[in-house]
Amino acid sequence: MFLGIDYNTWWFLVFGGVISGYAILDGFDLGAGALHLFLKKEESRRIALNAIGPVWDGNEVWLVIAGGALFAGFPVAYAAVFSAFYLPVMIFLIGLIWRAVAIEFRSKEPGKIWRLTWDIVYSFACVVVTFSLGLMLGNVAMGIPLNEEKEFTGSMLSFFNLFSILVGSTTLALFMMHGAIYLAMKTENRLYVKLTVLAKNFTIFFLVAFSLTTLYTLLYIPHLSDRIRSNPQYFIFPVIMILAIASIPRQLKRGNYRLAFVFSSITIASLLIAVAVEVFPNLLYASNNPANSITIENAASSQKTMKTLLIIALIGTPLVATYTAFVFWTFKGKVKLDEMSY
Amino acid sequence: MDVEILSRIQFAFTIAFHYIYPPLSIGLGLILVLMEGLYLKTGLKIYEDMTRFWIRIFALIFGLGVATGIIMEFEFGTNWATYSKYVGDIFGSALAAEGIFAFALESGFLGVLLFGWNRVSSKVHFFSTIMVFLGSMFSAVWIVVANSWQQTPAGFHIVGEGMNARAEITDFWAMVFNPSSMERLSHVWIGAFLAGAFLVLSVHAYYIKNNKHLAIAKPGFKIALAVALVFSFAQLFTGHKSADGVAKNQPAKLAAMEGHYDSSAKADMYLLGWVNNRSQTTTGIKIPGGLSFLLHQDFSTPVTGLNAFKPEDRPGQINAVFQFYHIMVAIGMLLILLTSYAAWLWWKGKLFDKKWLLGIFVWAVLLPQIANQAGWFAAEMGRQPWVVYNLLRTSDALSKSVKAEQVLVSLILFTLVYATLLVLFLYLLNKKIKHGPAVQAPLEEKEVEANSIRENPIMN
Repeated sequence: MFLGIDYNTWWFLVFGGVISGYAILDGFDLGAGALHLFLKKEESRRIALNAIGPVWDGNEVWLVIAGGALFAGFPVAYAAVFSAFYLPVMIFLIGLIWRAVAIEFRSKEPGKIWRLTWDIVYSFACVVVTFSLGLMLGNVAMGIPLNEEKEFTGSMLSFFNLFSILVGSTTLALFMMHGAIYLAMKTENRLYVKLTVLAKNFTIFFLVAFSLTTLYTLLYIPHLSDRIRSNPQYFIFPVIMILAIASIPRQLKRGNYRLAFVFSSITIASLLIAVAVEVFPNLLYASNNPANSITIENAASSQKTMKTLLIIALIGTPLVATYTAFVFWTFKGKVKLDEMSY
Repeated sequence: MDVEILSRIQFAFTIAFHYIYPPLSIGLGLILVLMEGLYLKTGLKIYEDMTRFWIRIFALIFGLGVATGIIMEFEFGTNWATYSKYVGDIFGSALAAEGIFAFALESGFLGVLLFGWNRVSSKVHFFSTIMVFLGSMFSAVWIVVANSWQQTPAGFHIVGEGMNARAEITDFWAMVFNPSSMERLSHVWIGAFLAGAFLVLSVHAYYIKNNKHLAIAKPGFKIALAVALVFSFAQLFTGHKSADGVAKNQPAKLAAMEGHYDSSAKADMYLLGWVNNRSQTTTGIKIPGGLSFLLHQDFSTPVTGLNAFKPEDRPGQINAVFQFYHIMVAIGMLLILLTSYAAWLWWKGKLFDKKWLLGIFVWAVLLPQIANQAGWFAAEMGRQPWVVYNLLRTSDALSKSVKAEQVLVSLILFTLVYATLLVLFLYLLNKKIKHGPAVQAPLEEKEVEANSIRENPIMN
């Protein structure tokens, strides 16, 4: 127990926080990459790459921390999730490899074909990574068949169900909107104007995808809306989310991109909180037999380890926050290309 | 092939490919700290130029390291689910600590290191370089701690039985400072310093040999040579310490390393040789009783041999363990010879006179790489058949829901992707080296200028 909450719940909160941090931070990198091919001129593409250049690697660290946090705190869930999603995880990881090397390789040769090739690889990799993240989130939220040993018993093809594809598309739309807003914040002149138009279009894409996903959830996946429906106090999260989403077009219209970025970050966080409220205390719902679900109780490490982990998190979080802030502050303002740029 | 062998091949392949890059990052990090430190101290432009040149190469290496490293963290879950459940309490803690204390530090300051030259003061930039270097060192700490716990488990107890058994931490610091972690960490660190130093030596030797960029190439060569000299000797001590530790903690592994079967006999030390596991004999050039002497300072003391272990508890590939171990040791000795000879020439003031020696340094970049890989192969294959020494067998550690076809598909994917990456990496590295330390002119400079004077349509 710490501050009246047991360690397992604390770790659920920490893990959720790290996942949200990852989605908000790498979300704008991945979104910027996914929309990369919408930018036509070489210079625009370079500015877009340099807008994320100094920070994307630090943002990806949150994924590493999330993986470590799940492995350490809930090893049973870590083992079940990644062995169940074997191929989607591999595709996701290979996508991350190509994203990373495409950014690095692209600028190393001036040739047109070389650069176009890496633009395509980069953008495609970002789309694949984002979509597979959403696809996995959809399946985790909906639940997958598990036996009593907490091992996956279904088939790989079952991951491509309509709900998870909808969640994947929503994630893609969300990140593209988020990325366009971030890039608008970092650019000026004609590129800025172009990005404001893109940001608006992706916002519409997101609203459509999100509405369809919500509708599908309410109609066909009751266990994903039960808790909010029966506990009115939790309505605060959907309400915050809707207010944040609604504020985005208004801020875009005013050209207030910093605020729009804050609101799209809030949208991402509140979406994930709404999912967390519904699934808690499950980490992975067993669709065949709820008794086989993986929960924060049966997946957790020993209490001693949970305590150690909380101490690590308490020491580590302020440190990470400090140097993240330092790096973002160093590279604040509009992108300027120089001889060290991509 | 079954899931076990495919998963082992995939893990070995992905980790070996990954391990090309982190040692280079760590070693190059140290050299960057030295170069930039000299720049700050002297204010000389040559040090600035060489620092910036190596930062550009560092970026490429670091990028590949990150891209291939992220795979590793998830591969435990995808392919080794039973293992993950068994060790999550311990191994997971070390990985989580690595992410938050090491990788975050390294990646955060990397942005400033690579792109911040014109944005922050030179002192802040130097600070960032140090932080990136320290981050990479800390990263090695947690990864080696986690791996060493698999070799010499400590600070834990086993809870549950059969398939539900798992290890839980009883003493966090006993887990961190398990019997082998510190000696293996120093060995890994120094292996990384050598990898980085020999990369710098190679490139600078190439320039000197071809009479290019001499103003930078010569002092840079000396910096790297000093690092290589100190650490090639230091590696002898950490290596000896590690071998002592293996003798004490993992006698079956040590016996495999020297192909020693008979527990009642003195153990020989081979310069090179071949182990025939069927006839249980080892042939080759040897110092009789050499291993006994190394461990007990006496040529006739018996050493525990492979016969003391049931066949199913011995490493499966004894000859391979023997060969990898001997390759590593031989290269270690070679590096000492090479750096000592070069240092002697330096002292005589004739360091750059011998073209053939520079030619050797150009190719010697491969030696620490091979030694690092061989050392890990010996360590990991020597640990078999255990994934956690004497506690969990590799064959029991797999993911039960993953089929052989799936692993085959991912293994083929990794092979194709990594082969492409290696070709591109070498091509670009070569190109950067050929280009040399001159600062690259910003591309499309005119276009940028044209854009900045364009009027802002929003304001109209």
